[in-house]
Amino acid sequence: MKKKSMSETFRRLTESRIFLPILALLIILLFDAIFIPEFFKIQVRGGDLYGRVIDIMRNASTVMVLAIGMTLVIATGGIDLSVGAVMAIASSVAAIMMNPTIIGVELPPNLLAFINDPNFTYSPLWEVILVTLAVSIVCGLWNGLLVAYMDIQAMVATLILMIAGRGIAQLITNGVRIQIFYEPYSFIGQGWILLPFSLYIVAILFLITWLITRKTAIGMFIESVGINPKASHYSGIKEKRIKLLAYTFCGFCAGLAGLIASSNIKTSDAFNIGKTIELDAILAVVIGGTSMSGGRFSLPASLIGALVIQAITTTMYALGVPAFALQAIKGLVVVFVILLYSEPVRVLLNKVTSEKGRPL
Amino acid sequence: MNMNKEDLLVEMKGISKSFPGVQALENVDFDLRTGEVHALLGGNGAGKSTLIKVLTGVLKPDKGKIFLYGEEVTIRSPQHAQELGISTVYQEINLCPNLSVAENILIGREPMKRGVIDWKAMNAQADEILRRVLGMDIDVTRLLGSYSVAIQQMVAIARALEIESAKVLILDEPTSSLTANETQQLFSVMRKLRSEGVGIIFITHFIDQVYEISDRITVIRNGKLISCDQTASLPKMELIVKMIGRSINELDDMENIKRKMADNISETSVLEAENLGKYEWIQPMDLDVRNGEVLGLAGLVGSGRTETALLLFGIDDPDSGTLKIDGKNVRKFSPTNSIHLGVALSPEDRKDAGIVDDLTVRENIILALQSGQGLLKYINVQQQKKIADEFIRLLDITTPSVDQPVKNLSGGNQQKVILARWLAIHPKVLILDEPTRGIDVGTKAEIQKLVLSLAEEGKAVIFISSELEEVMRCSHRVVVLSDREKVGEFSGDTEEHVLIEKMAGSVT
Repeated sequence: MKKKSMSETFRRLTESRIFLPILALLIILLFDAIFIPEFFKIQVRGGDLYGRVIDIMRNASTVMVLAIGMTLVIATGGIDLSVGAVMAIASSVAAIMMNPTIIGVELPPNLLAFINDPNFTYSPLWEVILVTLAVSIVCGLWNGLLVAYMDIQAMVATLILMIAGRGIAQLITNGVRIQIFYEPYSFIGQGWILLPFSLYIVAILFLITWLITRKTAIGMFIESVGINPKASHYSGIKEKRIKLLAYTFCGFCAGLAGLIASSNIKTSDAFNIGKTIELDAILAVVIGGTSMSGGRFSLPASLIGALVIQAITTTMYALGVPAFALQAIKGLVVVFVILLYSEPVRVLLNKVTSEKGRPL
Repeated sequence: MNMNKEDLLVEMKGISKSFPGVQALENVDFDLRTGEVHALLGGNGAGKSTLIKVLTGVLKPDKGKIFLYGEEVTIRSPQHAQELGISTVYQEINLCPNLSVAENILIGREPMKRGVIDWKAMNAQADEILRRVLGMDIDVTRLLGSYSVAIQQMVAIARALEIESAKVLILDEPTSSLTANETQQLFSVMRKLRSEGVGIIFITHFIDQVYEISDRITVIRNGKLISCDQTASLPKMELIVKMIGRSINELDDMENIKRKMADNISETSVLEAENLGKYEWIQPMDLDVRNGEVLGLAGLVGSGRTETALLLFGIDDPDSGTLKIDGKNVRKFSPTNSIHLGVALSPEDRKDAGIVDDLTVRENIILALQSGQGLLKYINVQQQKKIADEFIRLLDITTPSVDQPVKNLSGGNQQKVILARWLAIHPKVLILDEPTRGIDVGTKAEIQKLVLSLAEEGKAVIFISSELEEVMRCSHRVVVLSDREKVGEFSGDTEEHVLIEKMAGSVT
């Protein structure tokens, strides 16, 4: 009797949405545990925790933030290719607000002397963050309007901002890479309170998004629109508004990721910030099991998807794979992970697990 | 007909197939002879589609043997089935609507000239095929999607016959979207093929058509073979009893219920349309329905029944006239507003505009209720379950649990889930567009009874169906449409032929 209920739990576990992403992550970590000495070693320095595992989480934080927004967009049946470009715009806006001399704002001589001082900023930090996020939200709104109200295919609509966005980011800073010296800003991406500060941002964003999607009707409406927009419309769901909401939120997430990334490298770099990161974000969502054609989604699974991608990269570095070979090998591992999801492998997996779960 | 073994095209013996929790087929025998139309009947979920899927290689049987032209075969895949000469035309057309008709017919074997497609030859060839096989004359260069479902279906049949040179043709509810005329056209094609030795398996819900065209009838119920008879020797009533497994005296009771209810119809209209219309969509018309009344909309395919429903529900904006609900003018035409006003529409196309197939039964049921309440007033899962359970009981929906994705349910049960979605908002006016299409006889009767009992509770119901008999049986009043125009209004007791004449009025 006990055995049967155990196999029942096991079956439920394997059918759960989050099972495969976790399995993928575990396989990679298991590999690390065997082949990389001290992979799981965590050191305490000055009351904070350091180690490879923590590095993985910290480095994954931008992709995790993006994946949360991307999950909702993909669930509506869309896609947002512009998140990397929006990150660049966000970093330019933030940098220019802290150091506007580059665009000809004249500072009084007594302030000018402090321009490279780690305690100087032209606009206060809260203002920097607020305006940056507001600009990112406008970017998301733009995408949403094109997709939902102008009926442009999501890939085309967001491609526009993907291409134009980096140009806009350069226009904002007059084509100059701005160094960021202000220390409190750096805390966003580099700060540490026991754990890296960016992880708290991820955690809070995740929690709020999860509550909003699962404790209001928004989650169900997003899924419904992604599965069958026409039936959703007939059921009184304002499907255009739902889509607009998803893209706008995705823009907000991209802005947040832009803050983290630029504070991490202490520059606004319109060319390199968030370059091809949209593909990582999409991949994270896919590894998390959300279908590219929209519908059912799981936020925790997408986060684990982001961790899987970062774990692969970190593992490669730890193994000393040369940088030029990294992309190719990463591709191979991703293929392996995605294969876990394919129908034939799933069927095989179910067979194996159901035989193991059978009472003796 | 003598039972010569050589006449057999297909012989399926002792086919069993089970899915987790369901025995879909249990030891079923089936055969098809050369030159016959063999009707395969049964309710939704009876196992018809499973049997067809086994024959077409989509599913592998757990047990049983399949013989083709006298030899045992293992059908590996749908492609393999096609190579063996078994072709299927499904209810849902699986052609490419964004290619031309000619491309659809000749895809994969386009005539080539110097390495490129010879469009002229291709169009001529497609045109010739349609004329010869179906006697149809349409512009083959136009996109398939620009034609009606009926014509798309015919194109699918032409492709199956001509290109795949099928010896066994399976028609899965081919007539459900055809007009009477087109159905006759299809039947003449079927007769021609039969005389040429093709074996046709004909799946349909229309009993009359079965008697018109088929030679033999096989009935399946609950995955078991019930009977296989010569059509000529099986009385209609007996067939229906076999299909639903119980007597259908209850159907006769409905007339009586309806008459009794007529006294309860209120004086004032709850929905009142005046001169309501939309240019090139539906001619302006007056329409009203009162509490406790069932108003039928009758007409041929394309007569404007669905267009009227969409206008009343606010999917489309009218450009003339007024619509009043409860005496108040409707200003904003949108589904959201209609829900607020208490108007519900169960749409014609269940798959396309009705069910959200990956969501659960529970979520599908509360969808409209939740959207009416807005995003933030969330109905929590406990309440959702309660509401869903209530309607599952009320409508007798067969599902393993409320958390089952609705796509796993049979067509009839999906239809009931959509009805539940709309009943959950407690509408004043319920518009049902073809609520019984593609549904077995038993469920059909259930839904018809439900329509009457809803009216009995005081709701106003607008009932749309392409089966005139059904409209007459359920409605107190019938509005007849023809060519997107209201052409008459009759009491529900009117003789059928009067309506038929009206419906056919402008059709020559």
